[in-house]
Amino acid sequence: MNTTKSNAKGQTDIATARLSEQQCHENFSDLHQPFNSYGALVEADRCYYCYDAPCQTACPTGINVPSFIRMISQHNAHGAAGKILQENIMGGTCARACPVETLCEQACVRNHEEDGPVRIGLLQRYATDKASQDQVEFFTRAQSTGYSVAVVGAGPAGLACAHRLAVLGHDVLVYEAQAKAGGLNEYGLAAYKMVDDFAQREVDMILAIGGIDIKYGVRIGTDLSLADLQVKHDAVFIGSGLGQSRSLGLADEAAQGVEIAVDYIHDLRQAEQLSDLPVGRRVVVIGGGMTAIDIAAQSKLLGAQKVTIVYRRGQEHMNASDHEQSFALQHGIRIVFWAQPEKLLVQGKILTGIEFASTQGDNFTLQADVVFKAIGQMLVPLDSGLTLQGNRIQVDAQQRSSIAGVWAGGDCIAGGDDLAVSAVQDGKVAAQSIHHSLTANQSPSTQPNQPSQP
Amino acid sequence: MIDLKSNFIGIVTPNPFWLASAPPTDKAYNINRAFEAGWGGVMWKTLGEAGPPVVNVSGPRYGAWHGKDRSLMGFNNIELITDRSLDINLEEIRQVKKDWPDRGVVVSLMVPCEEQAWKDILMQVEDTGADGIELNFGCPHGMSERGMGAAVGQVPEYVEMVAAWCKQYSQMPVIVKLTPNITDIRTSARAAVRGGADAVSMINTINSVMGVDIDTMRMSPTIGEQGAHGGYCGPAVKPIAMHMVSEVARDAECGGIPISAIGGISTWRDTAEFMALGATNVQVCTAVMTHGFSIVEDMIDGLSRCLADKNMTCLEDLIGAAVPSVTDWSQLNLNYVVKAEIDQDLCIKCGRCYIVCEDTSHQAISTLINGARGFEVIDKECVGCNLCVNVCPVENCISLRELKPGEIDERTGMPVSSEYRNWTQHPNNPMNAGG
Repeated sequence: MNTTKSNAKGQTDIATARLSEQQCHENFSDLHQPFNSYGALVEADRCYYCYDAPCQTACPTGINVPSFIRMISQHNAHGAAGKILQENIMGGTCARACPVETLCEQACVRNHEEDGPVRIGLLQRYATDKASQDQVEFFTRAQSTGYSVAVVGAGPAGLACAHRLAVLGHDVLVYEAQAKAGGLNEYGLAAYKMVDDFAQREVDMILAIGGIDIKYGVRIGTDLSLADLQVKHDAVFIGSGLGQSRSLGLADEAAQGVEIAVDYIHDLRQAEQLSDLPVGRRVVVIGGGMTAIDIAAQSKLLGAQKVTIVYRRGQEHMNASDHEQSFALQHGIRIVFWAQPEKLLVQGKILTGIEFASTQGDNFTLQADVVFKAIGQMLVPLDSGLTLQGNRIQVDAQQRSSIAGVWAGGDCIAGGDDLAVSAVQDGKVAAQSIHHSLTANQSPSTQPNQPSQP
Repeated sequence: MIDLKSNFIGIVTPNPFWLASAPPTDKAYNINRAFEAGWGGVMWKTLGEAGPPVVNVSGPRYGAWHGKDRSLMGFNNIELITDRSLDINLEEIRQVKKDWPDRGVVVSLMVPCEEQAWKDILMQVEDTGADGIELNFGCPHGMSERGMGAAVGQVPEYVEMVAAWCKQYSQMPVIVKLTPNITDIRTSARAAVRGGADAVSMINTINSVMGVDIDTMRMSPTIGEQGAHGGYCGPAVKPIAMHMVSEVARDAECGGIPISAIGGISTWRDTAEFMALGATNVQVCTAVMTHGFSIVEDMIDGLSRCLADKNMTCLEDLIGAAVPSVTDWSQLNLNYVVKAEIDQDLCIKCGRCYIVCEDTSHQAISTLINGARGFEVIDKECVGCNLCVNVCPVENCISLRELKPGEIDERTGMPVSSEYRNWTQHPNNPMNAGG
């Protein structure tokens, strides 16, 4: 990261400590105030306990929402957490980071009424937090099968897969390129969605099942090949995410002040002191997804004065939901539509601004100390012989790749929607498929148990 | 606005809203506040005989059953009759009646089932200028263990006997307060009529245990380590009270004896319902113990507007208006056929109607409309039971449509008859053998 404060002529302005550490800390406090027990009871009572509930259908992991909410309403938060974690071992993260306004809460039949959907996300958080506080354990490991499975990447897909495999009695070795587990939960989600080191607490809860080891700092494709893993293990699951950010394809992208949004967020999430982060006075974000909103909002909360998101298409095309867009607008962020970056303005290798071509008006220039690229990421080529589809790994409904014995899930596969909750589902489905594949030739009596009912 | 002037057995008050004999009417201080708020009359909290006052517990006297939002649905108490001295009560009654001549002051009484005991207290109460007496034959806890309250109300002969003494030894109107802790309320009401009572009031509270603390494995609330059953009241008992009021209102033997209704009355609408079922006035307790006396403001305003809306000019137009609609099951028209209908514009597709009909009733609701998730009634299976209407969270989304005479009931395949036919006339009734 670039920590230079300004260029010699003072034309750009990137500085640390734009706000006091205390102010930063307040700005990055919990996005949503969690429910207390009374609030949860009252909200849970709003649930109609629908038959064939649309919220459950809308959940990529199929959490039985009416069932867990009824448990909350009956003062059984532990049972509720069990219901949630049974389908989604990262129910805690999803309760914080899921775009519920486009998933379960959008499907809630209460939307037809004046007071809006049941706040499913916050109820899920209430139950999972309560169980975590009370250190309730929901899973027991089946007797060891002796099989060893390699999992590439300790993100939501990899850990969900590893956990389910461990429950089923398999030994799992996770290969993680970073120094910590959690994937985007640890390095990618906006800080105000994951306060109090929640990602690591959740990882600890997942690993408590036993039977899962993690090797850190190992990158598949560089340090080890897929073929190596196939030799060492009985099955392989790839949940490596997308490691490579798209570029703008403009000259001077290496100039000081041109940043990759996910890299900045990565540093932000690991920062000891938020006020140590260099922040531009005028920030331009290119992109239209959740990352664009997250980097824009976080820049603003770190003290950037003027933050503009520029998106090449219209408001209705943005991947960021209406809710996220309005969140950005409420933070004083401007969103400009139908404009594409044409040219980075650079003086002496230092960014000063960016020119845009508008498809709906005149071209324009924005002065900028920092331009963030938030236009998506691509799969780092594994050179492994896996069949790709649209540059991502092709899998079938069981998450099986084109290579026998290799499964994949999460952001690295084709057809994914880049959501943690979908990655968890991929990992879960893959684990079940791996289990069936490994144990297919055993007689039923020697088959390991199904996951215990929490 | 319609004048709510009320005449209850000759006691004229500005409105029919009375406070029931209970903690809110224990002393002049409370009652003055109630009259300032606008209440029409009070039943002074039950007096006992002269001598050492009764002793109440110093632990919890009340228990509650709450909805999820802490709304109070049911309430119970183990408080006894007044624990203040008889003389102080009598003096306050005298003063209150003097200060509020336009309001009703009736004194609730409970003394042992001995003629002299009643004779003594009747003289003293009559001397205060009170408008009447209410005989507490209903209190189901504490006093009933000593042979008073509900212990009297549960024996029709005692009810008749004491009512007769009261008529004999005083000029005051006599109201007999009935206990619901019996099999048939009419038996007690008829006894009161035979004893010469001017009116009955009902219902007193219902025997109840509010709950169990499953951490301590003790019933709740407890006084130290043990608790005792209390009297249940509040919104939850309203349907029970309405049934009892309507039974007495339509009972020939009761001869139209005036009824003062009690039991979960919290609003002007509750009041209108009880009066339509035959009550002349109403008594309120739990609602003021939940919200304070000021709720009478809305009760007065709402009831007055309600009468105007129904083109009624006085309370007498309302009293008993719904009594003819109450009958016995055997008189119901078995040729009346309805089918549930779901308004698809209002339906929010929660599926509650489907699952309750499927799991617990007649499998008369389908889950797909043109291949998409949606809920429709299957007329061929629907018996018109009303369950779907009751569980639907959207008001008026599901309604019952009456089939016209001649229309085919798809469930039976038969045309609906215009003829009224009840069970006594039905061919399946074994009592009609050969008929």
